[in-house]
Amino acid sequence: MLFHQKIFAVMASILIMIIVVELVRRRKLREEYSWLWLLTGVIIILLVVWYDPLVFLTHLIGAIAPTTTLFIFGLLFLMLISLHYSIQISKLSRQVKEMAQQLTLLKGQVDGQDDF
Amino acid sequence: MSTGVKERRKEKILVLIPAFNEAEQIASVIEEVKREIPEAQVVVVNDGSTDQTEQKALDSGAKVLSHPFNMGYGVALQTGYKYALKYGFDYVLQMDGDGQHDPRYLRILLNKVKEGKADVVIGSRFLGEGGYPIPFLRRMGMRLFGFIAGWLSGQKITDPTSGYQGLGRRAVEFCARDSFPGDYPDADVLVMLHRAGLQTQETPVGMHPNLKGRSMHSGAKPLYYAYKMILTIALNLIRKE
Repeated sequence: MLFHQKIFAVMASILIMIIVVELVRRRKLREEYSWLWLLTGVIIILLVVWYDPLVFLTHLIGAIAPTTTLFIFGLLFLMLISLHYSIQISKLSRQVKEMAQQLTLLKGQVDGQDDF
Repeated sequence: MSTGVKERRKEKILVLIPAFNEAEQIASVIEEVKREIPEAQVVVVNDGSTDQTEQKALDSGAKVLSHPFNMGYGVALQTGYKYALKYGFDYVLQMDGDGQHDPRYLRILLNKVKEGKADVVIGSRFLGEGGYPIPFLRRMGMRLFGFIAGWLSGQKITDPTSGYQGLGRRAVEFCARDSFPGDYPDADVLVMLHRAGLQTQETPVGMHPNLKGRSMHSGAKPLYYAYKMILTIALNLIRKE
């Protein structure tokens, strides 16, 4: 890996980590979601300073250039995160539905829509 | 819930009308329903309408439950089921608020569901009484999913998309559960009901074409509808509950 590339990768991951910590500090991001992003930053830095695992992984999956490995795993990671969010959204939709139905029934009760 | 009541009481009947922007039709629908089944309680579930639906329904003497925002036909139905359970209704008759379903058949649905042979009685527009011509592709889709649902539930189903139904208490309890689909309760629900051990039965009803020419199954939706039906029916078959 070229020195330039290393500098860029380290800077990018430090920037991500700073943003994440700052978002948690401002309570815009909940703690439970922050660890994943911090972990991403740490992994990028690890790969920069310790290149061998990446080369090993590249051979393992049959890729030629280590950059390909990075792209593949980056893409996979993003897909899994999207899937995770889809699950969260489904869960939230269900909860919103339940809540709105309960609210509707309670409001009906308050407005006398249950008096037969 | 008043399940512990021992003495013989009068059976409570709920006519459930989910409505989304039906201000033009809703009053006349409610009036006709009241004429047909005066002993029933009419409840309109106003699914976040932006017009006068709520006020018109209240003025016509119906009870109105208003969703804070639009959540879809299935969710509106389910809110009604939950209401029926909460206040101990024995039978739920559901019909659309747009005047498509002729209230004259409510009594037939009620009597059929009271007979107790079926938990859900479905008003079918293809069993003789007829009504109006339906576009070819839609008709084919209805046939196909009716056939699949019928094949999987071991009975003839001619009109799987019909929202004109009568439900007994067991069916209402089942449909108030979380597994009830929010967008298009349809052939998939029929398969679900069958797998839960509930009986369905069809009875002929007359329907009018939708006057506004607006349908839940319009635009690009039929494709999604077909996909969803196949997926939910298939998943219902492999899902253990």
